Amino acid sequence: MSGDETLLDIRDMRIEGESDGQWNVLVDGVDLTLKRGEVLGLVGESGAGKSTLGLAALGYVRPGCRIASGDIIFDGQDLLRLSDAERCGLRGHRISYVAQSAAASFNPAHALLRQTIETAVQRRLMNAGAARKKAVEQFRELSLPDPETIGRRYPHQVSGGQLQRVMTAMAMHCGPDLIVFDEPTTALDVTTQIDVLASIREAVEAQGIAAIYITHDLAVVAQMAHRIMVLRHGKVVEEASTQRMLDAPQNEYTRSLWAVRELAKPEETTPSSPLLTIEGLDFSYGKGFVKALDNVALTVPRGRTLAVVGESGSGKSTLGRIVAGLNVPTSGRLTFDGAALPPRLEHRNKDLLRRIQLVHQSADTALNPRHTVREIIARPLEVFFDLRGEACDRRTDELLDMIELGPRFATRLPSELSGGQKQRVNIARGIAAGPELMICDEVTSALDQLVQEGILKMLLGLQASLGVSYFFITHDISTVRAIADEVVVMHRGKVVEVGSQREIFAPPHEAYTELLLGSAPQMRADWLTEFLAERGPVARQHAQSTERNGGSTHV
Amino acid sequence: MHALGRTILYRLVLGLFSILAVSVVVFSALEFLPGDFAASVLGRSATPETVAAFRQELGLDLPPVQRYLAWIGGLLHGDLGTSFAGRAYTPRPVADIVLPRLGNTLFLAAVTAALATPIALFLGLLAALYRNSRFDRLVNALTLSTIAIPEFLVAYLIILVLAVKFPLFYSMSSLSPGMTLAEKLYLVALPVLTLSFVIVAHMMRMTRAAIIGVLSSPYIEMARLKGTRPWHVIFRHALPNALGPIVNVIAFSLAYLVVGVVVIEVVFVYPGIGQTMVDAVRNRDIPVVQACTLIFAVTYITLNLVADIVAIATNPRLLHAR
Repeated sequence: MSGDETLLDIRDMRIEGESDGQWNVLVDGVDLTLKRGEVLGLVGESGAGKSTLGLAALGYVRPGCRIASGDIIFDGQDLLRLSDAERCGLRGHRISYVAQSAAASFNPAHALLRQTIETAVQRRLMNAGAARKKAVEQFRELSLPDPETIGRRYPHQVSGGQLQRVMTAMAMHCGPDLIVFDEPTTALDVTTQIDVLASIREAVEAQGIAAIYITHDLAVVAQMAHRIMVLRHGKVVEEASTQRMLDAPQNEYTRSLWAVRELAKPEETTPSSPLLTIEGLDFSYGKGFVKALDNVALTVPRGRTLAVVGESGSGKSTLGRIVAGLNVPTSGRLTFDGAALPPRLEHRNKDLLRRIQLVHQSADTALNPRHTVREIIARPLEVFFDLRGEACDRRTDELLDMIELGPRFATRLPSELSGGQKQRVNIARGIAAGPELMICDEVTSALDQLVQEGILKMLLGLQASLGVSYFFITHDISTVRAIADEVVVMHRGKVVEVGSQREIFAPPHEAYTELLLGSAPQMRADWLTEFLAERGPVARQHAQSTERNGGSTHV
Repeated sequence: MHALGRTILYRLVLGLFSILAVSVVVFSALEFLPGDFAASVLGRSATPETVAAFRQELGLDLPPVQRYLAWIGGLLHGDLGTSFAGRAYTPRPVADIVLPRLGNTLFLAAVTAALATPIALFLGLLAALYRNSRFDRLVNALTLSTIAIPEFLVAYLIILVLAVKFPLFYSMSSLSPGMTLAEKLYLVALPVLTLSFVIVAHMMRMTRAAIIGVLSSPYIEMARLKGTRPWHVIFRHALPNALGPIVNVIAFSLAYLVVGVVVIEVVFVYPGIGQTMVDAVRNRDIPVVQACTLIFAVTYITLNLVADIVAIATNPRLLHAR
């Protein structure tokens, strides 16, 4: 930090958004001050108003929103009293923005370098040659590969982690006083995230830039911020220095956020028989393509959870689709409950279809928006159990109780449910078929941590009462800890390591498992510093080559 | 670039096949046309022998497949055939009848396109930028009404105002060879104005819709947040990504200017290809009808091909492989 001068002072900010002709409060009387060179972490669940507040720091509100009252004083100027042209002049030059999805926020029609230097050249802050030279320097500082030439590429030609760093370079290009980072690493794999976090932190520190760092991930913000502000329903819940916030959170809500990370499944002591066995499984998309799955072998024990962990492109979802019968393997054998499992969906009889159910990642797209919750859950009851009328309604109500929603939700449409409630209905539809094996494909990835915790607990409860086995696909290490009995680590279509949860989390690890486990941020303020100090240049190269070869973006 | 070249080649081959298919359809359709040229020219009093002799002279007695092959063979040598009309005294090649008229039609289309396209794009951009403003609503209402009013009515209204009440222009646009460009432009002013009214509406509305679609993308918000000026946001960030649909509707409008302007040609007595075709159909002058139809088909297919290629060439995802 350099000096005590206040750079940004947001006072009593009230922002409203319009929906169905009504104005709802999104940000409710928030005060926020930021000194030069200071990094403030803005934490909260989705809908807490983090992004809206972050954008207000640029004097910007999204279409359909308005600033109802308050002042935004940036370096002595009230942003709301400036003309449009003056505000436009500050943006990109003195205050800049890094968006969550770099893939969507870069213009697909222009090469990266042109977009990076656009503001500087348009404002005549630098001539095009100097601007290009500076951008290349920044690409190098942010440890992008081929800094001289990467700018000639188009956004779709560069991986997610690299794009996020180019966007950081773009934000810093004109030498701003303040950068707003809006969930810059949320869409990235853990091993990719770590390099982006390190690059951002080094760059911000080196130039003494003040930053507002928005995220829902407490472990991430702990590495980045000097001070943390927790928002909920548009209001400030708590604000303190990072260390203080981690050591002694004052507010009930803040403490509940902290508690989520500590969920861990106790080890099962009773032995279990195998339910699903996969041996020597290969899969490639079409002939002559690279193998998406290479000699995969694993076992799902009956009544237990097998977590399949890996980054995007590791083939874990493809494996799930093969078990569900949606993809047909090139070679290999599947055994389900002692009998061979036909790879093709059309060769499986109705009872086999009932016994293996698939729950998709995104309940938003998996639930028919025109069907009520009752229709959605009743469908498998009609198909598999021939239930009709009152019997069907009774069973639906029971299922609604099991997913902790209750019969009053039966008449609602998916659009009238929250994200977590939708995912519960999605799970209830799978459970309704009375399956022995349920394939859960990243079912908690898109949800806030508190909601995740609720759903994971519910899944554990269902397993205890119904004896269902889970084939649980995830990229998140803390989710594995919470739900898994057995773990399979996958990397580029191959199984890297198999074992019980205890075995996997206890050293010694395979090199890739080590990298994966080590890259998951921990709730200590100096974790990233220690990690970077410990990690040799070899590990860094490994992470970068992973990133270059894989798509490495979770969507 | 390699992939782009291959795509273009593929589209070209497809286009050629489409033209071939159209030629078959055109030929067969005309086969089924009731009545024939020989009978209609010679009149009711002609003896069957005379008709048969005349049919033989025209080659109409040959089997259809043979006639089709002869026609296509001629086309490949650049020979459109010989018109049936006036054959006895002075044989007239179809090319002599059709090509000057085609030239006139293309002239009218080019002048209209040069005027209407920039206006439509500009209005569309403005309407998108000031969406739901009074200007937007006014432009939308105006263009919608020009689509809704039949084009001949628009033409007569324009004649009424600009040629009758205020005689600034001629109501008839009869071009003749040897006119200077300025004279020609002056003569076609009213048909150009009429056609512009019709096509500006389509192009402007598509431009507006395409730009508005792109304006809600995250990269447009990003462009605003990095302080890009409003006009730059539209021209540099939105327009390149909206080009595909816009180019398509432009191609469609241009095709209409060549293929669909017969009504306007009649109203302004303009010697274009549409009138030629209508006359030829009336006279059962099959070679001319065939030539006109094929020209229309080629125009349509070529313009759509160009639109596709432009849409592909402006999409970096297709242009620059991963």
